Amino acid sequence: MGWFGPHGGGGGTFARGIHPPANKHFSTGCAIEVVPCPERVVLPLQQNVGGPCTPVVKPRQKVAWGELVGRGEAFVSSALHAPVAGTVERPAMTTLPNGRHMPAIAIRTEDPGLTGQDLWEAVFGGPWSNDCIGSYEPQQIHEAILEAGIVGLGGAAFPTHVKINPNTQKPIHTLVVNGCECEPYLTADDQLMRQAPDAIIAGAFLAGYAVGARRVVIGVEDNKPEAVESLRRAVGRTGIEVAVLKTKYPQGSEKHLIKAVLGREVPLGGLPADVGVAIGNVGTMAAVARAVVRNRPLTHRVICVTGAGVARPKNLMVPIGISIGEIIDYCGGLTAEAARIVAGGPMMGFAVADRATPVTKGTSGITVLTAKDIETSAAGPCVRCGRCVEVCPMGLVPTKLAQAARTGDLRLARRHNILACFECGACAYSCPARIPLVQWIRVGKTQVARSQGR
Amino acid sequence: MKTSGMKNKDNDKTAAANAGFGPALTEVASSPHLVESGRTTRRMMIDVLLALVPVAGAAVYFFRWPAVRQMAICLAACLAAEALFALMRRHRPPLADGSAAVTALILALSLPVTAPWYTAVIGSVAAIGVGKALFGGLGMNLFNPAMVGRAFVMISFAGALGAAGYQDPGSSIDVMTQATPLTAFQQSGVSAGLADLFLGRTNGSLGETSALACLIGGLFLCIRRSAAWRIPAAMLAAAGIIALLDTGLGVEGWTAAHHLFSGAMLFGAFFIATDPVSSPLTPLGQIIYGAGIGALVMVIRLFSGYPEGVMFAVLLMNALTPLINRWTIPTPFGGQ
Repeated sequence: MGWFGPHGGGGGTFARGIHPPANKHFSTGCAIEVVPCPERVVLPLQQNVGGPCTPVVKPRQKVAWGELVGRGEAFVSSALHAPVAGTVERPAMTTLPNGRHMPAIAIRTEDPGLTGQDLWEAVFGGPWSNDCIGSYEPQQIHEAILEAGIVGLGGAAFPTHVKINPNTQKPIHTLVVNGCECEPYLTADDQLMRQAPDAIIAGAFLAGYAVGARRVVIGVEDNKPEAVESLRRAVGRTGIEVAVLKTKYPQGSEKHLIKAVLGREVPLGGLPADVGVAIGNVGTMAAVARAVVRNRPLTHRVICVTGAGVARPKNLMVPIGISIGEIIDYCGGLTAEAARIVAGGPMMGFAVADRATPVTKGTSGITVLTAKDIETSAAGPCVRCGRCVEVCPMGLVPTKLAQAARTGDLRLARRHNILACFECGACAYSCPARIPLVQWIRVGKTQVARSQGR
Repeated sequence: MKTSGMKNKDNDKTAAANAGFGPALTEVASSPHLVESGRTTRRMMIDVLLALVPVAGAAVYFFRWPAVRQMAICLAACLAAEALFALMRRHRPPLADGSAAVTALILALSLPVTAPWYTAVIGSVAAIGVGKALFGGLGMNLFNPAMVGRAFVMISFAGALGAAGYQDPGSSIDVMTQATPLTAFQQSGVSAGLADLFLGRTNGSLGETSALACLIGGLFLCIRRSAAWRIPAAMLAAAGIIALLDTGLGVEGWTAAHHLFSGAMLFGAFFIATDPVSSPLTPLGQIIYGAGIGALVMVIRLFSGYPEGVMFAVLLMNALTPLINRWTIPTPFGGQ
């Protein structure tokens, strides 16, 4: 921690935001279980921000576990690998959790390969010796990440090789690692920090070295004391700091995490690199360690299956491409009260209606909410109480943005910086009139983006 | 927003192979999927009604049955007007949202107890009809409906509702035989006792006389976050500073505290100025708006022929609210 204090130099928090009930008790402390290999996986060709990948396999071709099946062509895109050994099926269409239809590569499993504890050991198990990791060159680390098809596993799914890049024009002084998991309900990152701290530390060390950072700080909210303990034990002689932050939503937003940890504000419309910071999620760091040290691609991830609508909430390690229905079956199925299935957490996740929806690289959890959790009362008129303004972490006026979107007033939308909204949902959560503010703002953002593209 | 099942062509094949989660789970909706429970527009209105309980109680204690009658007339007239105007637009009368009841009580408590029954009825119809329904109903109005209604009858029935109308020398109720403290001071330089002003043993509009009751109800509203605390804070601070500049340390026995505890200053600060619909959205805007009302009240009290000016101050600042919102767009995170 050094002379930066317990929060790494920032105040340990940020302005505004909300405190929704955490509801992490469903799955907190549940040891990560390894899901049995599914009979079939479906890999959408675009699971990340940026361009889709191009298939490099043909139907009926045999693929091994970890074999490249799709190549990222654009700079901002990522590679895709087979999470199971099997045979490629006919080209398929699938629906992403966010509702987009997408061509996909489907693979029928033939050899389950490693299972259970063996698979866990292969992916996250030690040792992750910190001594030998100085022997990798920054460019080598960057290329390993690129080849492993790693994207941000916190949910945004931005290709990691673009951020962990020694060739950026802007000098990076600090790597911030995101262990906030500020979404209510979700506990996957928490559990990963408890069970695989060495992989996270090794990955963070490698990524920090690759970008030329002088400091590496892992930010964790103060509602995860076990994770903080576990990371601090694993830090060893790496010099990596663990900053404990005041629990508040949306701390896991990269701009707000940087503010909380370092006290610096990323300029409006800018990127963390503009303030000399690179940032990545803890799960991403573990994937980086695996890619660099073991030369293995991203094929599995940890997700949290939680909520009162699922019979046995769990933290799971699953292959990318397994269907959401299969995961829910593994967790004992739905309870009678289940009313909505959300891919991701309840604040920013996407409601899914199809069992076949695959888990993508960016799926951090499956939250099954009950009718009691989701209130479906009709929206009333805005009484301009200003609650949305008081909670917006970006300092926007959400009700004006919604009004601008509803009336198609793009000038008003731009004057109020509509594109700065990252859809955290704090406004809609707090709105006493139950106005679907985020939904309207999404409409407005699309309109503004379209008008600027012209 | 809601789609029942997957009706898309692309998806028919996969949907056939993998049935959905069942009819109850095929509704999808935009994130966030949670809302803060127990915080609804209706609950905010109920909070205002609860906060008005001590104020109404003090009114009934000091003015007796005429106070009850006044509130009953306004409630009945406002609810009837709300229903009437909704039916004229072929809407279902939104009586359950509580907003008409809030308008009714604030109007009743801002009228003198001597107000004839028809002024209360006309004021109520003007408040709901002109003040709210004409603009498009709840959330659309530019001006505080209760103040629109009050201004309407005050100007129409200047004799009954002017400063002189408050006084009824023949009344059996003690406080009603006196002039209001502000009128007494303006016309004859007589100062009321601070304790009387604080507890409410003075003449005045029904809800305004007891500073204590207004403070109790107002603090409840602010703590519940059903009123923006910045508005009363800025209004009282601005009025207090101007009063201090004017009175110094209590010329002729009328101090800054007299200014704050007399007239509709506290009732206005906590219950009238805080109407969310007609006040600014942004934190800075709320401070400007509150301070503007406080300053205007003092300007009217000190320099105009009216003894009191909360109503006009609120209406004037209401008119500025859209501009204030426009001037005070907050600097976004990371903005310059």
